[in-house]
Amino acid sequence: MKIKKKIPLIDQANKFGFWGGKFGGNFVPETLKKPIEDLEILFNKLKKDKRFIAERDKYFKNWVGSPTRFIKLKNLTKHIGGAQIWSKVVSDANGGAHKIYNATVHCLLAKRSGKKVVIGDTGAGYAGKMLSMAAKKFDLKCKIFMGAKDIARQQPNVKAIKKNGAEVIPVYSGSQTLVDAVSECMRYWVANCDTTAMCVGSTVGPAVFVRICGWSTSQISRELKVQLIKEFGSIPKKLKLYNCVGGGSSSFGFWNEFMHYNKKQCEFIGVEAGGPTKSKKHAAPLTYGSKIGILHGAAQYVNQNSDGQIEETESISAGLDYPGISPLHCFLKDTKRARYTAASDEQALEAYKLVTRFEKLRPSLEPSHAFAVAIKEAKKLSKDTIVVVNSCGDAYKDQEILEKRLGKKYVKSN
Amino acid sequence: MLNPISAAFTKAKQENRPALLTYTVAGDSSKKQSLNILKSISKNADILEVGVPHNTPVADGSQIQTSAYRAIKNGIKVNDIFKIVKDFKKFDKNKPVILMGYYNMIFQYGENKFLNKCKLSGVNGLIVVDLPWPENKDFAKKCKKKFIYFIQLLSPTTTKIRLKKIIKDSHPMSYFISMLSTTGGKLKVSPKEIIKNYFKIKKINPKKKVVIGFGITEKTIGKLKSADGLVVGSAICKEISRSLKHRQNPVTNVSNLVKKLKNKIK
Repeated sequence: MKIKKKIPLIDQANKFGFWGGKFGGNFVPETLKKPIEDLEILFNKLKKDKRFIAERDKYFKNWVGSPTRFIKLKNLTKHIGGAQIWSKVVSDANGGAHKIYNATVHCLLAKRSGKKVVIGDTGAGYAGKMLSMAAKKFDLKCKIFMGAKDIARQQPNVKAIKKNGAEVIPVYSGSQTLVDAVSECMRYWVANCDTTAMCVGSTVGPAVFVRICGWSTSQISRELKVQLIKEFGSIPKKLKLYNCVGGGSSSFGFWNEFMHYNKKQCEFIGVEAGGPTKSKKHAAPLTYGSKIGILHGAAQYVNQNSDGQIEETESISAGLDYPGISPLHCFLKDTKRARYTAASDEQALEAYKLVTRFEKLRPSLEPSHAFAVAIKEAKKLSKDTIVVVNSCGDAYKDQEILEKRLGKKYVKSN
Repeated sequence: MLNPISAAFTKAKQENRPALLTYTVAGDSSKKQSLNILKSISKNADILEVGVPHNTPVADGSQIQTSAYRAIKNGIKVNDIFKIVKDFKKFDKNKPVILMGYYNMIFQYGENKFLNKCKLSGVNGLIVVDLPWPENKDFAKKCKKKFIYFIQLLSPTTTKIRLKKIIKDSHPMSYFISMLSTTGGKLKVSPKEIIKNYFKIKKINPKKKVVIGFGITEKTIGKLKSADGLVVGSAICKEISRSLKHRQNPVTNVSNLVKKLKNKIK
């Protein structure tokens, strides 16, 4: 299994949509074959269309707000006393997280295909919030599927979705989290694919959704590359890019432009959600060696029992609370291009405390996982090493959880 | 030897009616009860579809999901399902049984091992909801070697050119999804329209049997009689749920329902 040079990773799948011959694919009901094929044809055409790209860039620049900041965390660096710690503040983007890129592109595609309704899944609520924002912007009706457990724990985003005029459809089946929301959203699409466009909220699902999402979030690394060169004159000799990984959309987007650099120069570190220290449940299929299985239309490493039933996950962060992982990350793991590890709920909370104590930055619980590992490793690294953490979401949505776990002062600070 | 599935179609044809196919979830609500349900409906059903429950189904509506979650909660494993089929076959060895499920269950078991087990327990056909054509070509070939029908699904969204290709590769039975829906949705197209679409498919190769499923109930089954076979699933699962809720015997109630369905298509 090898990564091909000079071809974007999203285009390295074979004709059946498999990366490395075994990750991804299209394990979908017959009914979805045609709508997926239509979407593939449309996307393959538009991603080469200069006018479409110009349109995308126009919205990214003027509406999403590009570029998001790239800042040095001076106080944190000083406190840690190792590598230089920087952050790409993707939460600067309109709506407060990277999910806006994929949502915008899906709505642009829906418009081109003449669909009037767009549906999407959400865990932390960001994918749903952004899709509802984009749907409003592009005058599409919008329905968001969200697990009942997530609705309860991510209220600020639920309110935002409703405020944007979208309908929130609670999902009560299974564990009532992201995995069930994606299933329900796909089921809705099965029944309504003639009138409705589906947006999968991460680099998961049938191959075309993995590709569209990866193509969209790659905006993050396009910006970062320019910013790194501006800051250091060239891509630093020792660069380490830390990102949390749930489905894998922000991390893929954060790494994509650096894919073909030598990993000794530019290392990718993906941090999965290890769950509570005391619990056996986790959302870290790559770290804990889960077997390959099929989830939501794609072959991937996924938490499951020996029979093939998908297992329940547990994590403080709703956005990472998913039993599977993008086929792109499975491919990056098996080709050893990226390294994956996990941070526990408690480590993420500690990292959040530390970052907010020293910096004017409030990473949500998802990037707090990445900060946990970055901070731990930065201590042992040389001063000329550039550690960059993607702060891909804002903690505003987590205020209830943070207040409960850390007390009021951590909610109000900054 | 003729696959009992084909024999069942021949018998129904001789009686001038469509074959009646039932779908129940293995292990719903318990292993024993699901076996008893199969035994009790086998005199009225021509082909028994047995669902392999999965906890992230992407094509099932709420009724079948409820049945599947109930079965999983009560501890059903893939090996139990083979045992249920084997025990049923001891009771009625010529009644065809089709397993219907999602690919991950087969993938985890191992394709070859799964098919061997199917063969040993008397499974005659397989429907794999999320393994569409052409990705299913190799697996379908393996099924054929074991004299197990791999049943292709056809949908209202399947293009004409694709229909032709699928039917060309198909085994003697295929399954036409009546409308854009998950299982058990309300019929949103008229039975007349469904039959019209159905015959467009039949015309491609009239010798191959095609059944219709999704959304068929006691109310609608009589209007679809001109098909080779009709599948009722969610309505049966619903009856099981209803019986459990009212503390009635699901075996008797489902048996009565299947009898009624049979009478509607005679």
